[in-house]
Amino acid sequence: MTMQTSVKTKKRGGMSLALAPYSAWSLLFILVPLIFVAYYAFTDDNFAFTTENITRFFTATSELKADDGTIGEVRTYLVIFMRSLKLAAISTLVCLLMGYPMAYIMARAKVRTQKTLVTLIMIPMWMNFLIRTYAWMTILQDTGILNGLLGLVGIDKIHIIGTETAVVIGMVYDYFPYMILPIYSILAKMDGKLLEAARDLGCNSVSVFKRVIFPLSLPGVISGITMVLIPSISTFYISQKLGNGKFFLIGDAIEGQYIANNLHFAAAIAFILMVILLACMALVKYLTARLVYGGE
Amino acid sequence: MKKVIELKNISKAFGGELILDDISLDIYDNEFITLLGPSGCGKTTMLRMIGGFEHPDCGDILFMNEKINDVPPHKRNVNTVFQKYALFPHLNVFENVAFPLRERKVPKKEIREKVEKMLSLVMLSNFAERSVTSLSGGQQQRVAIARALINHPKVLLLDEPLGALDLKLRKDMQQELKKIQKTTGITFVFVTHDQEEALSMSDTIVVMSEGKIQQIGTPTDIYNEPQNAFVADFIGESNIIDGVMLENYRVSFSGHTFQCLDAGFAQGEQVDVVVRPEDVDIVPLENAMLQGVVTAVTFMGVHNEIIVDIGGFKWMIQTTDSASVDDRIGISLDPDAIHIMKKSKYSGMFGDYSSYSNELDELSDPGGEA
Repeated sequence: MTMQTSVKTKKRGGMSLALAPYSAWSLLFILVPLIFVAYYAFTDDNFAFTTENITRFFTATSELKADDGTIGEVRTYLVIFMRSLKLAAISTLVCLLMGYPMAYIMARAKVRTQKTLVTLIMIPMWMNFLIRTYAWMTILQDTGILNGLLGLVGIDKIHIIGTETAVVIGMVYDYFPYMILPIYSILAKMDGKLLEAARDLGCNSVSVFKRVIFPLSLPGVISGITMVLIPSISTFYISQKLGNGKFFLIGDAIEGQYIANNLHFAAAIAFILMVILLACMALVKYLTARLVYGGE
Repeated sequence: MKKVIELKNISKAFGGELILDDISLDIYDNEFITLLGPSGCGKTTMLRMIGGFEHPDCGDILFMNEKINDVPPHKRNVNTVFQKYALFPHLNVFENVAFPLRERKVPKKEIREKVEKMLSLVMLSNFAERSVTSLSGGQQQRVAIARALINHPKVLLLDEPLGALDLKLRKDMQQELKKIQKTTGITFVFVTHDQEEALSMSDTIVVMSEGKIQQIGTPTDIYNEPQNAFVADFIGESNIIDGVMLENYRVSFSGHTFQCLDAGFAQGEQVDVVVRPEDVDIVPLENAMLQGVVTAVTFMGVHNEIIVDIGGFKWMIQTTDSASVDDRIGISLDPDAIHIMKKSKYSGMFGDYSSYSNELDELSDPGGEA
């Protein structure tokens, strides 16, 4: 017994030794920056404690011209936040609706085809995201490739650039792989015997999907949603380039404050965004555990 | 007896390799039938065909006299206990068992009653709310059985269901399965490579090798009257010696002529002679029919396993007598210890213990089919 324990302790000791570089890395590049963000968020220019930056996020107001021409006063950053959330949510939904069937088809394909498809999905990720966004500008411009093609087949030009649609297209394109890959990897690993068991117990194909495949793929769906929603809610470049700067998003706000050297307020916005996202993720995790896995 | 399932001249090939070769088999109502054979003999493919997961290249499958070749699995009144149970990890024990009932939209109250009854049949009443991943192998096994039985299928298919359990648990589950089969009256089609399991549980055993049925019979038939050298070797231990049938009830082998109980062979026909190791008597040299030198003795607990070299052929003898290596011993065979088989393509492949060792036997014991 004692020997066993000592062996175990030794093993654990060896394990943590092996993990040391990784732990140091995490500490240095993940934890320390987070602490700095929090520190800046709660201090003023003289590094004295203050909650002013946080309050400013919720109370700052500005005038906004509504569609009917009336001018109303709104809470600046809350409006920006809600706009970011809306565009990010739409993009995530589009990614999910397109990504799940794609991942499903990939997981069912022959092994060779699967490898090719994964590579095809990864290739755009090797390119810089600024370049990809610029590419979409040339496609979506009023005199761009898309309208050129439409003109060739005799369809009227459409105006996309500078609309919310353009921003959503950009986000979907950039983050689509992050939705497909986690779902695909879970579907590809799924035990085929479970599907046979479901059929054996009376399920037709639709029912096998509804009762076995989809519930079991939920962890992939959740990590896909997380990996698309979080970067798209805080993105700042896509909206500037594809939205012609008309859709000021929370990421743009952070960038703007940072460039204007308002480090403390920029940190405060980032901090609030982080807290809200963490709370959302915790809620999603709790709910899926509750509703799908019966409290496990 | 009523036929539940008939397989008629079934053949199936995968990638050019013939897995089932013109198989015909009748399965009767309320029967515990075992498909027994080594890995790759086609037994699992046959089971999957009855379940609807494979389709025959030619031949017909009949269920209650109706052809079901193209009926999908979910429309067959047949359920399966899978080799590694295939329980749904996202559902708890209760929901796993209730799974087929929910599919049929059975009223909630009825589901609760049925599932509770089924869980008590497999002795898991207190585990209803547990996650299936937290259960031991034996408990998971019971959940799989309960889930497969809850629709009260006409036939239950079991694909090496005890393979993953340890010896003690396996013995208990064998008893329990047999009991469940008797209480429910459902036809069980059981696949295994374990001959002991097959002998102790089955009403009927189907011995298979290389995609062909070698013999169908009751456990005693199969053990006492094996049809060829493959069956004799696969079921229990056998000494299989080349012999010549002199006339009815008289056979000659190892340079001696013996009385036997077999008849109906041609005079002078070459035959395979089977002698089970436990049927060999060790006698004083002066009374011996055959004599030989002991080459190995293994103590097995209840008996000794003695390998003796008789005229260059190594016999296995299981006896409570003892002997030492290099002893010269005599043996005697009663007429009912001798079983005569026609020559087959398996003749000469089995039944000689020259290269025998216990370890080797265990190593070559297949751990289930892929």
